Amino acid sequence: MTAGRFITYAVLVLAAIAVIFPVYYVIAGSIMAPGQISSYPPDLFPHGLFTGNYEGATSTTAIGRQYVNSVLQTSVITLSQLITSVLAAYAFVFMKMWGRTLLFGLFLGTLMVPWESIVLPNYLTITGWELGGQRLTASYAGTMIALVLPFLANAFGVFLLRQSFLQFPTELRDAAVIDGCGHWRFMRRILIPLNKPALMAVGLYVFLAAWNQFFWPLLIGDNANRRTLQIGISQLNDVEAANPGLILAGVVLSILPTLAIVIFGQRFIVRGLTAGAIR
Amino acid sequence: MLLPCVVIFALFIVWPLGKSVSLSLHGSDLFGRPDAWVGLQHYRDMLGSAEFRHILWVTFAFVLLTVIPGVLGALLIVLLLEQHIKGIRIFRTAFALPFAFSVASASVIFATIYNPAIGLANGLLGRFGVDRIGWLTDPSWALISVAITTVWMNIGYNVLVLSAGIGAIPTEINEAATLDGAGGWRAARFITVPMLGPQLFFLIVISTIQSLQGFGQIKILTPEGGPEQSTKTLVYSIYHTAFANNASDFGAASAQAIVLLVILLACTAIQFGVLERRVHYK
Repeated sequence: MTAGRFITYAVLVLAAIAVIFPVYYVIAGSIMAPGQISSYPPDLFPHGLFTGNYEGATSTTAIGRQYVNSVLQTSVITLSQLITSVLAAYAFVFMKMWGRTLLFGLFLGTLMVPWESIVLPNYLTITGWELGGQRLTASYAGTMIALVLPFLANAFGVFLLRQSFLQFPTELRDAAVIDGCGHWRFMRRILIPLNKPALMAVGLYVFLAAWNQFFWPLLIGDNANRRTLQIGISQLNDVEAANPGLILAGVVLSILPTLAIVIFGQRFIVRGLTAGAIR
Repeated sequence: MLLPCVVIFALFIVWPLGKSVSLSLHGSDLFGRPDAWVGLQHYRDMLGSAEFRHILWVTFAFVLLTVIPGVLGALLIVLLLEQHIKGIRIFRTAFALPFAFSVASASVIFATIYNPAIGLANGLLGRFGVDRIGWLTDPSWALISVAITTVWMNIGYNVLVLSAGIGAIPTEINEAATLDGAGGWRAARFITVPMLGPQLFFLIVISTIQSLQGFGQIKILTPEGGPEQSTKTLVYSIYHTAFANNASDFGAASAQAIVLLVILLACTAIQFGVLERRVHYK
């Protein structure tokens, strides 16, 4: 091995350690007993498996309930964005209509509006709405609705699926239409099955983004049982500061779904994530 | 079929955009809700205030502290991975891992590490005889600590984008270079990096936009905008101005939101302006 290759490996390994260390630390810390994690000098290797932090996180905090909230919020947003994006992309690709290009331009324009600059009016609007005679966010169901409403559609999914649909051979579609295949049938039987990779890419991307949301859920849930997991773990950080193992256990639980996606769904998300980077 | 999207965009993006402008021209009552028309007063107040200049400066410093290390670090990693490394898949997955962490989970982990008394950062420094650092409590460190967390969060994405870019470089180019005797770092320096031009440019713009919008890590790591307001960026200030317990002011906060919008639109315009002219040499 030449000196150059040795340095290459050495730098890579160091960089990998720096990047992985927080990942290792959160897992190792979550199975350390309270005395060990805050010991000095620091002790980096767990002495066996201590499950007390997980028991504490699931029994003394609202994390279990918040998990349900997050799963609910994320699935509704993901499903809805898949449906609305397929419909819109279909219209943009296969239906001739007046002003199609202009409207698509406007759709893309919505992607340029940063959420932070429209969050205040959205907050005023949604907290001003009523459901069954009371403020929308006063009930559990209303809070869940408020969490998902602004994110039921997003132009990013429309953009990605349109790219994918555009590659569909027009002869094939013409043949299907001549055989009496209507819009819905064509979509369900042919277009969607043939575009599964693109749909997976959009689905996983939306799932990640929704699961990880912070700003909006911070404003919406007003008691522990109605908050999402992300807000839940950030508040653990405030109230359980003396008990880092318990906080880290909460974090580990919260990243399980996204970790699975990054490890097993990498090839799909790379496609969605880099859509803007590679023409 | 376009109706669902159009309704959602109109209700939650287009209309609020107009409403933001209108809010920024109104004063606020005791509860922060909009009341009387005040014209451009909020904008005049902002431009004249030293605090707002401080906020812009913190925002700018935060962008520099996150974008430069984030993009250069990822470039170094990707170039090293290109040197026909054994176990490249393991390294790839390792570098992609931070991508699984939300802003909340990453911030909470780093908050634990930065903990002044029992945190690991000071614990490890102590072993080497270095004095404790007030990672989040010292005004000269707080922004750096938040930036380190942000760089860690973003590095996985940056590596993914650059790896995909390298994958798209035609293999003949590298083969030709090897035949001409340009291997290893010479190839990286004169072929790979220039060919990655569009991806690097994309990452710089995207990371700048993301940093300008950074909120969760600041809110979680430095709940009050940091010691001596040292981590009070524009987005944090919008949140703080609108939802501060004692002085909620949606009008002034909306004026800041419009400033943010203009800055971000300028970034996007630069992106498209340059992309039109193409950054790479194909």
